Amino acid sequence: MAVKRIGQQTILLPKKPALLAGAAWAGPKEGKGPLAALFDCVTEDETYGQQSFELAERQMVLDAARAAIGRSGLREGEIQLLLGGDLLNQIISASFTARELALPFLGLYGACSTMCQGLCLAAMLLDGEHADHALCVASSHFCTAERQYRFPLEYGNQRTPTAQWTVTGAGATVLSLSPGKPPMARMTHACIGRVVDLGVTDANNMGAAMAPAAADTLLALFEDTHTTPADYDLIVTGDLGQVGHDLLLRLMDGQGMPLIGERYRDCGLMIYAPEQDTHAGGSGCGCSAVVLNACLLPMLARGELGRIIFMSTGALMSVTSSQQGESIPGIAHAAVLESPVEKRTGV
Amino acid sequence: MNRQRIHEDPAHYEQMTSQASPPSRTGQGVLRAWWVGGLICCIGQLAADVGVHLLKMSTSDGYCLAAIVLVFLTAVLTGAGVFDRIGQYAGAGSFVPITGFANAMVSPALEYRREGMVLGLGAKLFTIAGPVLVYGIGSSVLVGILYALLHH
Amino acid sequence: MSWDLFLYAKVFLVGGALCALGEFFCLKTSWTPARILVCYILVGVALSAFGLYGPLVEFAGAGATVPLTGFGHSLCQGVIHSVQERGWIGAFCGGLTATAGGIAAAIFFGTIVAVVAKPRMKGKNT
Repeated sequence: MAVKRIGQQTILLPKKPALLAGAAWAGPKEGKGPLAALFDCVTEDETYGQQSFELAERQMVLDAARAAIGRSGLREGEIQLLLGGDLLNQIISASFTARELALPFLGLYGACSTMCQGLCLAAMLLDGEHADHALCVASSHFCTAERQYRFPLEYGNQRTPTAQWTVTGAGATVLSLSPGKPPMARMTHACIGRVVDLGVTDANNMGAAMAPAAADTLLALFEDTHTTPADYDLIVTGDLGQVGHDLLLRLMDGQGMPLIGERYRDCGLMIYAPEQDTHAGGSGCGCSAVVLNACLLPMLARGELGRIIFMSTGALMSVTSSQQGESIPGIAHAAVLESPVEKRTGV
Repeated sequence: MNRQRIHEDPAHYEQMTSQASPPSRTGQGVLRAWWVGGLICCIGQLAADVGVHLLKMSTSDGYCLAAIVLVFLTAVLTGAGVFDRIGQYAGAGSFVPITGFANAMVSPALEYRREGMVLGLGAKLFTIAGPVLVYGIGSSVLVGILYALLHH
Repeated sequence: MSWDLFLYAKVFLVGGALCALGEFFCLKTSWTPARILVCYILVGVALSAFGLYGPLVEFAGAGATVPLTGFGHSLCQGVIHSVQERGWIGAFCGGLTATAGGIAAAIFFGTIVAVVAKPRMKGKNT
């Protein structure tokens, strides 16, 4: 009998693993957005001093990982597990970073849901006392994703109004069971999402493809934990963008579990300003990874947020499946994060 | 146990999606395509006129020169990182003329250069423009065979 | 053909209209640009085979030859002339001969640019 499990999808984390430290590396476009001041590093250009965009993405992951480890007060060798992934074929950004860090490594692929997939797995492994300290990384890069999923950078295609802009950025979070310093947040529940597909085939409208999966996971979490949206100070989705954001609100209304507008945010809409011409907002593994580490964790650490649902959303299609006319399956994993300090009143 | 948690039928969800998705501005897009496309054709005509009147070419060679000049300009603008912006603005205005064909060849060559001269640049040159050549040349051969059968 | 400013108005209108039609299809259907271009070239070959595209070239000059339908027209006319001169073998040789300029230019300049330039971030850096 699995005792750390409630309901159909939710995993209980009684030891409340600590999110000890985080770091967020972002590209220049992200560095001109509303969250600019919060990033640990904004790269000067997309190449980040490297020979190729792939190398640049890798370097950003490595630098973010090292910064997060440094901030956690741990030594690199004390990290017992590295969990990470990205959008590239064979997740080369994560694997090649793991080569540099030389840590026990599990590569993940959950498309843009990778950050939360990593958090859920790391928290479970910590809660199960299989490790004391773990590191989660996730990254994406506009220029590497564009050529793999769409067209060469210099190809003069027209982006549709529903298209999203892949975030150039890398996020890293250190989790610990026995933190040597005050944690930024604690994780109490993990909710592993199911793959949901309502038949969206337009690869330029991924928010619409992922919104049903996001709704499915949220409903499962509410059902399993007997909570409602009112029990959370903030519900944050990964990269639904404007279209997916609106659809999720409508889907949740339709299921009789309406979200509270001012307590629902999407990382894809937080990271860019409307005048940045990204159309429907940001996307990519890096999107929720940098927003979590640059914005949400510090707010939890300061007690400005008491309890939140952090949910990364992923579109699990490939170029091959799209070309063969398959619809886009979506997935969403959720983590319930709590502030380590008493919530300040009036915030 | 009901496995389906979201009680939304795909057809209805498609409706919801199109309601939530901002529409493309057709009027604006068509006008932009018109003026940019028209301008590109005028540049072509200018090149053809220069060929015919100043360089004393035949009319068909003039049009061939027009194609070469436009391809050259596109290659330069693509390499300078400008053509993708023209494409974003004008859409079909830049991809329907031969400039689009040239951009579709130059941009993957540029992008995949890092994978080597042979399997990168050489092999990827035709990835986007290939279909146009395949169906264009294929159908013209068919026309030629039919023409030969009918007239000989 | 002579220097003819009125011709430029026709070039602009006809060339622009062919592009505008493509943009209309692009926005109103879920077709990719590649698919629209394949349709354009097939339509160009077909119209040319039935002798309908030639008059448009007479009328609008580069406004008809520069859009991809004009590429189809060149392929088709090249094949037909070649068959007239050389017989059935021309069906295989004429098309590429007539369009060699554009294709060779794209390969040549494309290769040079790819060696010299580097891909950059899309759009304006905002």
